[in-house]
Amino acid sequence: MSLDRDQVRHIAMLARLELSDDDFADTVAKLSRIVDFVDQLSRAATDDVVPMAHPLNMNQRLRPDRVTEPNERDEIQKNAAAVADGMYLVPKVIE
Amino acid sequence: MSGAWEVVIGLEIHAQLATESKIFSGASTAYGAGPNTQACLIDLGYPGVLPVLNKEVVRMAVMFGIAINATIARRSVFARKNYFYPDLPKGYQISQYELPIVEHGELLIAGDDGTPKRIGITRAHLEEDAGKSVHEAFDRYTGIDLNRAGTPLLEIVSEPELRSATEAVAYMRKIHTLVRYLGISDGNMQEGSFRCDANVSVRPRGDDRLGTRTELKNLNSFRFVEKAINFEIERQIDVLEDGGEIVQETRLYDADRDETRSMRSKEEANDYRYFPDPDLLPVELTDAYIETVGKSLPELPDAKQRRFIDEFDLRSEDAAILTASRQLADFFEAAARAATAKPQLVANWVIGDLTGALNREGLDIERSRIGAAALAGLVNRIADQTISGKIAKEVFDAMWRGEGSADAIIDTRGLRQITDSSAIDAVVRRVIDAHPEQVAQYRAGKTKLLGFLVGQVMKETGGKANPAQVNAALRKELDAG
Amino acid sequence: MTERDLHQMTLTDLAAGLAAGDFTSAELTRALLERIEALDESLNAFVTVTAELAMAAAAEADAARAAGRAGSLNGLPIAHKDIFCTRGVKTTCASRMLDNFVAPYDATVVARLADAGAIMLGKTNMDEFAMGSSNETSFYGPVHNPWDGERSPGGSSGGSAAAVAARLVPAATGTDTGGSIRQPAALTNTIGLKPTYGRVSRYGMIAFASSLDQAGVITRSTADAALMLGVMAGLDERDSTSVDHPVPDYVGNLRESLAGIRIGVVRQHFDAGLDDGCAAVTRDALAVLESLGATLSEVDLPNLDLSVPTYYVVAPAECSSNLSRFDGVRFGYRAQGIEDLLEMYCRTRGEGFGDEVKRRIMTGTYVLSAGYYDAYYLKAQQVRQLIAADFRRAFEQVDVIAGPTSPTPAFKLGDKTDDPITMYLNDIYTIGANLAGLPAISVPGGFVDNLPVGLHLVGTHFGEQVILDCAHAYERQANWASECPEGYL
Ligand SMILES: [Mg+2]
Ligand SMILES: [Zn+2]
Repeated sequence: MSLDRDQVRHIAMLARLELSDDDFADTVAKLSRIVDFVDQLSRAATDDVVPMAHPLNMNQRLRPDRVTEPNERDEIQKNAAAVADGMYLVPKVIE
Repeated sequence: MSGAWEVVIGLEIHAQLATESKIFSGASTAYGAGPNTQACLIDLGYPGVLPVLNKEVVRMAVMFGIAINATIARRSVFARKNYFYPDLPKGYQISQYELPIVEHGELLIAGDDGTPKRIGITRAHLEEDAGKSVHEAFDRYTGIDLNRAGTPLLEIVSEPELRSATEAVAYMRKIHTLVRYLGISDGNMQEGSFRCDANVSVRPRGDDRLGTRTELKNLNSFRFVEKAINFEIERQIDVLEDGGEIVQETRLYDADRDETRSMRSKEEANDYRYFPDPDLLPVELTDAYIETVGKSLPELPDAKQRRFIDEFDLRSEDAAILTASRQLADFFEAAARAATAKPQLVANWVIGDLTGALNREGLDIERSRIGAAALAGLVNRIADQTISGKIAKEVFDAMWRGEGSADAIIDTRGLRQITDSSAIDAVVRRVIDAHPEQVAQYRAGKTKLLGFLVGQVMKETGGKANPAQVNAALRKELDAG
Repeated sequence: MTERDLHQMTLTDLAAGLAAGDFTSAELTRALLERIEALDESLNAFVTVTAELAMAAAAEADAARAAGRAGSLNGLPIAHKDIFCTRGVKTTCASRMLDNFVAPYDATVVARLADAGAIMLGKTNMDEFAMGSSNETSFYGPVHNPWDGERSPGGSSGGSAAAVAARLVPAATGTDTGGSIRQPAALTNTIGLKPTYGRVSRYGMIAFASSLDQAGVITRSTADAALMLGVMAGLDERDSTSVDHPVPDYVGNLRESLAGIRIGVVRQHFDAGLDDGCAAVTRDALAVLESLGATLSEVDLPNLDLSVPTYYVVAPAECSSNLSRFDGVRFGYRAQGIEDLLEMYCRTRGEGFGDEVKRRIMTGTYVLSAGYYDAYYLKAQQVRQLIAADFRRAFEQVDVIAGPTSPTPAFKLGDKTDDPITMYLNDIYTIGANLAGLPAISVPGGFVDNLPVGLHLVGTHFGEQVILDCAHAYERQANWASECPEGYL
């Protein structure tokens, strides 16, 4: 196994994913499979190859500084699980 | 304060850029709107939406970079900083990481030893602001208002070259003045458009290794920056002198208790997983563009201060005060040019009575009740002896109340100074006749009675007699007798 | 004109029929809606059918035509992959996470097709968030291949492919991140076109892997694909990665002679892993292309075998970040009975996402995490550069690269669900075009044991016209595209 259970738990926490205990072992196994598979990349000779972040080498287009978006809060918030007084509600955050 | 310890401070300043719309969307950045009324689908990170960069934020960042003579990146890249928090809609903040738009800048501040000190500015990068969590409004919930999400920020990171809280504040004030001069930020701290985090550590003097630092957050006024840093310095020194160790952590400044408190560290260390944002392309800038922006820069505070000293030969501390804000400097310069009087005299009135009157009414200079030309008119009358400095204050107050120009007020109230010697001699003689024994005592050697007699003459002339002439005339009479 | 004829007709022929007044858009739309009603039960190609909206739009289209205001797609029924946001209509990405999500806006692709007069019949099934090659990861269950109900139509645009192959709709949109349009097209005997990266706007198309995703179309004729592309393509100010490049008259330019066109055959394509039947079909197809005037030569893609591992670092990395917005706060699923914030995140995402999506999010989180970034993400972006360079080199010698779309014909549902890697390897021939941002098309190339096999054609950046020409000429000559699965005649 290229990944152990603690690593997978750590990754799941970073990604904020709850994993069911029943198929946790299966998750560890499959993730290890995938990591082993992509490990082939280490074979490639890539000294001073420029990483390719994008398929086309273009520059960022800039938009004029104009207000174009109207207030659509009420329609938009129909999709939210919990709202009050125009605010989205989440369980109390303790700081 | 620190004695055997050397203090090391670096500041991260977040300046909100003064744009109409957000950095990646066309939603308004206006302050104070109802919750989520200025959070569009893009600010909310709705499924399928994409960011497009605001032209203005690039120009503003470049202006700042040039002003701190930094390197402007010909190619800068936006990256995603990944973490989960309710006020961060997409689960990542679009920021700049490996290739920021501005690098290697510098700023001169007044160091603690009084001499100018160069502070390096590591970088300044563009990023989007997060929303606001409202903890008070609901008992079991936290409310999320995303109006501020996507507001453009310029994060300005200094080198750890500040050596005290006062230097830190001097640096912060300098940046604050600069961004307002450039017109790229309103610098409003109450509204959170100018915020500061401080990285503070101490080390034994002479030691060149950095001590463990703590990051102080929530420093939303110059005063708090100073108090928080000083508290933190004391705390760290105490810990170390008691043989303890400093924990690298984020601490929150509590203004009410005037102390810094450790923020309960999250359930685990952050791992932001930065990577280039595939929804945005590299920002490429040409030399021509950077040159054009450079030409658009206004005269900057330091240059203006130097010019005021050379051109108007002002005291350097006065030049510093007058150039602290672009508007104040412009007012002074207009008044000085309109005045025939010495610029220093104009400066005294701007810094003295005018600033006093403005502060009393909480007005800023643009809303002064006395314009630059009008103030020049008043100062001119002092210079040409039409009125004394004492009378001038009365005229100033009348002008402030809107009773007209200095000349008009002087005439209608007949405040013109008496310089006609025959008129003054007449009054002097009357005063001498009216006060025989004071005169006798004076002649017997009690010469300080002169002051009393001068006072009597001024009283008779309603303060309008030229004080110097009155002195001379009295002496002449008394010594003659 | 009987209904049988209508559902068998291509978009191009239907357009002619509507223009000639042989039938109305209302008649056509009703006919296809009835067909969906009758046949989709067993196919499961649609997540949502928008019958009323469609009939209303059809009436409008007929009125517009009567008033002489007919757009290039006026009155023509299509379907959208359920990854495109549609205002007022559920947009689910076939995920529990978005089961209740109604988009408040239209994707640019949806708006442009609607503006041209197209009628949306519904939203098609897909692999959850487009992550899969078999349509088995859908929250709404797998789509069945019209050529064999036991088999997968491929994925992730399996619903669109099955709907077009079964003659439920003449054309459907799809998205292609690693082969998600072309592989299902190959497995269902349809045409699947993935344009150049940036050719079609991604705005409103729910992101899987932003630097690889591209919108395209599945049709029953190459001319139809050209017709749809002409409407979908072009600059969109709302997408920083969409390109301001002229949109040619793809349909008007279509040619049938391939004289002078140089076609490259990739040596590595015939290595082990390619099914013998598929290899034979591909060789026959290449011979046909040659007979049409094209010249064939061998080209090298030395890093082809690294394209799949490269993809399975880059795509998960981007998806792990793109899918962080699904947190239960502003839209979508939120777990019930939660105590605190951390639980809201972990249970909402744990319950809202399916296994494959969670695996890819975790893979991406891992390859970006401290200590692994250089070894995986950065390395993959470097290998991606090598792969793109391989294509550049090959395209110095040829205009088009031809080969198989998929290593095997349609496989049985459930066959490849145990091992993610065997599933991933399905995309070995298609992934390269996504990594390099190149346009590619899969056109019906023949059959193996009554199962369709696709011919894959890849062009240079913005070279859509050449691959459309090749596909069109080949289609006319070989005429596989007109083959209809039994039970759907
Ligand atoms: Mg920072
Ligand atoms: Zn910041």
